[in-house]
Amino acid sequence: MTIASLIDTPSELTDAASNKTAIVLMTRIRLARNIAGRSFPGWAKPAQREETLAVCRDAVAATSPMKRSLNITVGELTELEKQILVERHLISRELSGAKSGAGVIISKDQAFSVMVNEEDHLRIQVLRSGFQLKKAWTAINELDSALEEHLDYAFTPTLGYLTACPTNLGTAMRASAMMHLPALVISNQMEKVVRAVNQLGMVVRGLFGEGSDASGSIFQISNQTTLGESEEEIIKRLHSVLQSIIEHELNAREKLLEADAAKLFDKIGRAFGILQNSHVLSSGEAMNLLSLIRLGIDLSVFPDASRCVIDRLFIEAQPGHLQHAQKGEFEPGQRDLLRATRLRSEFANFVRPDFTFSTNGKN
Amino acid sequence: MANPLKCDLCAKPATVHLTQIVNNKVHKVDLCESCAQAKGVTDPSGFSLADLLLKASLNPEPSMAGVRCEQCGFTQNDFKKHGRFGCPACYEAFKTLVEPMLDNMHKGTTHTGKIPQCALARKSLYDRLTKLELDLTEAIKSERYEDAARARDEISQVKQSVPSNPKPAR
Ligand SMILES: [Zn+2]
Ligand SMILES: [Zn+2]
Repeated sequence: MTIASLIDTPSELTDAASNKTAIVLMTRIRLARNIAGRSFPGWAKPAQREETLAVCRDAVAATSPMKRSLNITVGELTELEKQILVERHLISRELSGAKSGAGVIISKDQAFSVMVNEEDHLRIQVLRSGFQLKKAWTAINELDSALEEHLDYAFTPTLGYLTACPTNLGTAMRASAMMHLPALVISNQMEKVVRAVNQLGMVVRGLFGEGSDASGSIFQISNQTTLGESEEEIIKRLHSVLQSIIEHELNAREKLLEADAAKLFDKIGRAFGILQNSHVLSSGEAMNLLSLIRLGIDLSVFPDASRCVIDRLFIEAQPGHLQHAQKGEFEPGQRDLLRATRLRSEFANFVRPDFTFSTNGKN
Repeated sequence: MANPLKCDLCAKPATVHLTQIVNNKVHKVDLCESCAQAKGVTDPSGFSLADLLLKASLNPEPSMAGVRCEQCGFTQNDFKKHGRFGCPACYEAFKTLVEPMLDNMHKGTTHTGKIPQCALARKSLYDRLTKLELDLTEAIKSERYEDAARARDEISQVKQSVPSNPKPAR
């Protein structure tokens, strides 16, 4: 597979339309692995990095999920291609900045990606749309076991998988969910949620911005610690934390509707108007407007089938994707014009809001 | 507050203040604009407070000052500088440095998760092979030919059970 054909195929995140993705947009699990007897990427000499890269690329490409995958070095990617892969969560910013001796293998369906010589020799990742922690674990566990048949992982019985940073020791697993929490943001409860979730050993981060007022109201919740618990235990704990965040979000939606439905519908209606008519839109504003439309879909103001359009736009309104669609280089200011043009045309034919049936908070 | 908070990583005034609770312990980090940028605080996917804490609170252990990882040449100072180790063998070399950190950083101090069965099986066969080859050399040197023959037999047995490790084709 080539990078060009990968970019022209929609990502795993944008193709699920069902209301299973209503609050949890995406599940992601990442495993860090290193090869015994080799220096970690940050300390390895250039020649050692190249050697590790060659060994790992061969081993990864030989596994069955990676048949006909994209297998490419960072040096072969243009700046724009790197940015698009970052926006699709297929590579990290750290990898995109790597000088040499780094690469990535991405499965044809963009569900799996394996970064080579990021902070660790291997960063294996699986993405699943919706709330699918267990399925994601089964999938990544199999890929990891297949790799281990060919690679001598650095492992000790007490410390588990050895990683460049001691904060990842043990399972070396980071499981996370991307959640859309507009009602908790509107009702100023996010800070409280962040604190409660931290206390349970989980971390909350804004996806497109910082802290508790992330633009688009999209947050990533993941486990903080990796040593002293099995993968299944971590996933079970994360699952129950996510479940309770979902309940809180649904409660917050109900409260907003009870307290002042007109105010909430006004926000959604105005968002629709701006998306249809504006000429300058920053990335942050666009995310917030799209988030309100998405909330409208959950409240039956718009049909369920529109949800996947919004999820696609969340990604396509990012700078790299915009630039790719327009085939050219653009200043940030010009991008805001492009973004507005793009969204105007998407919303020109969008179903009009219907506020008559929106009386309960749960879809 | 009379004095503005200083950045934990350099001495500039801190403008970014973070609080995280890990295992019921409150950790606070104050950073200046440029360190926050450099540490990826503005890049949510790349930021871990635990990493920062690790670097900010790490005091050199005097007894470890001269220790080097034999495998990769890493020293304690390198760890203080990078917050990362040099190679997997560093964990053995800097055991006394790592062990006290883990308590603060993780839920437990012992791995209870997945075990790489194939890699471990291969490792124990390699170890056995190394030992047998040593036995063989010793036996030949001291002219214990029966022992040598036995070691040679065992070596060929072990070699057969080592899973062949074909170079996968691209
Ligand atoms: Zn600083
Ligand atoms: Zn080392």
